[in-house]
Amino acid sequence: MAILRVKDVSKRFGGLKALTDVNLNIEENSVHAIIGPNGAGKSTLLNCLVGKLMPDTGSVLFNNNSVLGLEPFQINQMGISRVFQTPEIFGELTVMENMLIPIFAMRDGAFRMHAYETIASEREVVEQAEVMLEEMNMVDKREMHAASLSRGDKRRLEIGMCLSQNPRLLLLDEPTAGMARADTNNTIDLLKQIKDERDITIAIIEHDMHVVFSLAERITVLAQGTPLVEDTPEKIRGHPKVREAYLGEAA
Amino acid sequence: MLGLNKKDTSLLIVVAFLTLLAPFILNPFPEGSAMAQFNAGYPDLMQRFVIFGIFAIGFNILFGLTGYLSFGHAAFLGVGSYSAVWMFKLLSYNVIPAIALSVVVAGLFSLLIGFISLRRSGIYFSILTLAFAQMSFALAYSVLSNPKFNLTNGETGLQVYADDPQILQGANAPDLPHLFGLPMRATYTMDVGAWSFDFNAGYYLCAIIMMIVFYLSIRIFRSPFGMMLRAVKSNQQRMNYTGLNSKPYTLAAFVISGMYAGLAGGLMAAMDPLAGAERMQWTASGEVVLMTILGGTGTLIGPVLGAGFIKYFENIFSKINDNVLHSWFAFLPDGLEDAVVFVIHPFIGKGWHLTLGILFMLVVIYLPGGLVEGGQRLLKRFKRKKKDTDDAPSGKTEPAE
Repeated sequence: MAILRVKDVSKRFGGLKALTDVNLNIEENSVHAIIGPNGAGKSTLLNCLVGKLMPDTGSVLFNNNSVLGLEPFQINQMGISRVFQTPEIFGELTVMENMLIPIFAMRDGAFRMHAYETIASEREVVEQAEVMLEEMNMVDKREMHAASLSRGDKRRLEIGMCLSQNPRLLLLDEPTAGMARADTNNTIDLLKQIKDERDITIAIIEHDMHVVFSLAERITVLAQGTPLVEDTPEKIRGHPKVREAYLGEAA
Repeated sequence: MLGLNKKDTSLLIVVAFLTLLAPFILNPFPEGSAMAQFNAGYPDLMQRFVIFGIFAIGFNILFGLTGYLSFGHAAFLGVGSYSAVWMFKLLSYNVIPAIALSVVVAGLFSLLIGFISLRRSGIYFSILTLAFAQMSFALAYSVLSNPKFNLTNGETGLQVYADDPQILQGANAPDLPHLFGLPMRATYTMDVGAWSFDFNAGYYLCAIIMMIVFYLSIRIFRSPFGMMLRAVKSNQQRMNYTGLNSKPYTLAAFVISGMYAGLAGGLMAAMDPLAGAERMQWTASGEVVLMTILGGTGTLIGPVLGAGFIKYFENIFSKINDNVLHSWFAFLPDGLEDAVVFVIHPFIGKGWHLTLGILFMLVVIYLPGGLVEGGQRLLKRFKRKKKDTDDAPSGKTEPAE
């Protein structure tokens, strides 16, 4: 069953057609990659899924509920977590606090005025955060300010924050962009581990073919705002249309 | 203790100790000595220390935690004062209903202004709050003061007149603000040798209220709610994508700090039953920003220190005049004495703003964490000297107070 259905989505920016009639189904518990050359509309598509952009036409159904017109926080509360291209974490807060916040958000909803409790008195939340830190191998860094972490650790923390909410769908926007090879491989291993250990659907937008082919079960190729082909990694690798989109007609 | 950790508890105890013993601490110099003019232990000034302390503590909950810089907080202070004086006029001179109403009215008023202003962030938010505060000032100064509908009594300021209803005022209750019969102006003077210490009822009321709201602010700082407010300051994007709606969080912080300001305004009126529009002017809003930054934004004790520092300067430095300077430097040769007095002259008396400005610049440039950071650095240096041989520096980053 498809957990996310994108139907006939189009988006224009002035005269520029960023997306034209995009149809896409993401199956539950799969890893689905969306690839495409620069300017193909990958990020626009992602932003339409999480409430940052409103498509001009079409529909986006998550778990058979429309997400269009909802705020990002509402979409997150439905079970979609997003990892950004550059890690978005709470830099001035400690690693532990970074981990606590999403767990509070999941337990208490979008707003709760718990101004008189102490954090330590919220045992279950603290315990969950500790478990998650352990899983992410960051226990020794718990009192560090998140801004002082290395790039790879920031990414790890961000993924951990998303996972702590037990999302149904994890969206990753170029998770390895600008990373050194070692960090990239660590991130791939982490994502593989997540895929194996959890009931989770992962949608990943990526530039790096190495990452895509080591993770994805399905791949959608986007070019000039419209899906070109969708298939398994093996089929995509040799597909003439894909080569054309990436390398131009001459190839 | 009281749900606080060790460090916060000791901070609270130190603050309680200092505020309760303030009449001694602020009057270290004997009466009539050359240094006596540096004594700040008179009721009027001590009241102002704690009232502006409350104002700044509240402002810091908004600015220090969420990073939203309001330039219109004096509006809530003014609204609080007006509400309190109206309570005096209508009910009685008892300060309890007056203070309660000032907090409630300021809360409602800040809910309205916050709801609109928080649609924007950054500089636009600051400008919106400034505009609202200036509109409130204009309303109080002229619009809401006409013969048909006189809410603020305009330029003269709102005060209690003999023909006001005061329906609950008892026949033998004091004819000035009181707490169940204890007049706010009641002062007991204790003379110890050449020293003289004033214990003022109004000051102790303000001091106790300040300790309560200081305690509440510690609770807010350490609560999950306080953590969410710091998250707003740190990364709103991540917050929204983590399923949190940052708007009600910032609005709640805005209203809480507005209520603190209203409380401060109510206490001001309780000490002196008069409310004027100038309390809402933008300079008053700017002052609380200065206090918070000078003391240390986002720290617990910083705003109180900043408030005390600025009020001390305003009241003590401004009183030093050329005659005083001449008496200080009388030991110098005549020509040199005049020269020294000439150089110092612009920085004292009416020029105290100049001194304050220079100090503010120095603090912002060299101590971005305010006076609190200065204190921490001194403490660290002191500790390092103590264990000189201990060459293991603590690599831990100390969280800000």
